Formats: sequence, C-alpha cells, structure tokens
Amino acid sequence: MVHWTAEEKQLITSIWAKVNVEECGAEALARLLIVYPWTQRFFDNFGNLSSPTAIIGNPKVRAHGKKVLTSFGEAIKNLDNIKATYSKLSELHCEKLHVDPENFRLLGDILIIVLSAHLTKDFGPACQATWQKLVGVVAHALAYKYH
Amino acid sequence: RMFCAHPQTKTYFPHFDLSKGSDQIRGHGKKVAGALGTAVKNIDNLSQALSELSNLHAYNLRVDPPHFALQILAQSLQVVLAVHMGKEYSPEVHAAVDKFLSAVAAVLSEKYR
Repeated sequence: MVHWTAEEKQLITSIWAKVNVEECGAEALARLLIVYPWTQRFFDNFGNLSSPTAIIGNPKVRAHGKKVLTSFGEAIKNLDNIKATYSKLSELHCEKLHVDPENFRLLGDILIIVLSAHLTKDFGPACQATWQKLVGVVAHALAYKYH
Repeated sequence: RMFCAHPQTKTYFPHFDLSKGSDQIRGHGKKVAGALGTAVKNIDNLSQALSELSNLHAYNLRVDPPHFALQILAQSLQVVLAVHMGKEYSPEVHAAVDKFLSAVAAVLSEKYR
C-alpha cells in the first residue's frame, strides 16, 4: 500500500480542484498522440489523426481524453487503495486493449506537463514531486494485473 | 525540481549542497542549460557537438541507466518550460522539445558500451 503524507494528499486534492477534467483530459490524450505518434496505433478507429490540428480537434480524442482523466479522478478519491480501484481497468488494458504499460508512464508525464502549462506558477516543485508520485502509482496499478 | 521529484537522482551529487536554491545547484543547472544551448545551435550535428560530454557521461559520470536517468531530467526541464510558457508550450512545441531532448540523451548515451 502506498503511503501518502497529509501534505501530499492536500497537494493532490487542491490541484485537482483546479483541473477542468474535460479540457485537460482532451489535451493530455492529444499530446500523447502528437508527441509520441506511435501511440496512435491504439486508436485506428478514431478517424482523422493526420496532424496536430486534426488530433486536437478530433471529437473522439476529446471524448476519450475526458473519459481517461475522469477515471484518474477515481484514483484521487481512493488514494489509499488505488490498486483495487484499477483492478478491472488493468485487466481490460491487458486482455482487451493490449496496451504496453510503458504508455501509462508516457501519459502520466504528459499529464504533468499539461498541468504545468495550465497552472504555471501554482505548480511548484512540491506539487510536481507529489504528482509524479501519483502518476507513477496509477501507472503501476494499471500494469498490476498484466499477465 | 528533479531532486525534489526523483530523490534517487541526488545520489549522483553527494559532493553538492543540495539544499533548495544552493549555489551549486544554480551553478550546475546553468551549466547544463548552457550545454543544451550549444546542442540547439548544433542541432544537425549533435554527435560531434556533444562529443566531449558524451565521453564524460560514458566514462566518468556513468549516470545509470543512461537513457532512463536522462529522461527524468528531460521531464523536469519540460515542466519548467511549461510553467514559464503556459499556453505557449503548445503540443507542437512540446513534441519538438521532447524529440530534441531524446536526441540529446541518445547522443550522451552513445559511448556507454
């Protein structure tokens, strides 16, 4: 079980309160597809992914980004039991979606950059450190049921 | 920020004062940024421009594992850029910078074995 200090929990929830889940989720997924184009392999049926502009404007990307980040919110509501929270999602990503867990790390790092760009000065070193820990824990939980 | 978020990176600087805002951190950060500036100016010839640094990282510093550790620094660098630039750190800029930092890391790892 992951140990979170009171300060870490505070940093997570206070930052999360400032996050527009729809916007940040869409942006994070779009950036994943733009910065690491090979990740587009998982989204063959999403339509036009031919350019950054196309990706950013793609409604399926936006919708899916929102879905992914909404699910992230579940982890935040269950900080003391993230592994259990993501147990089913982990199985799904392994058995149905066939996603290499390395991609969870990539998306986590991108989410942090999106938060940095949106929150700028409010995203200080302690925030960054706590959120890097959080995305690491989420990535680990999502990879946990792989076999 | 890197030392804060990834404490394991401090193991490479046992000889440094690693307290927040220390002269050594500022000095070394400036040195690293300067080297990146040189890399930007020689972007089409990174191997040659960073040859000395590549030797240094391979034979002296031996930051290990090479690609992974440099990825950690690259992430902190990008966070700082995003914090300073806000919306201007657009997806296109992000992609280009990420690609550039990966290329730099690859060159610095070239001589490891």
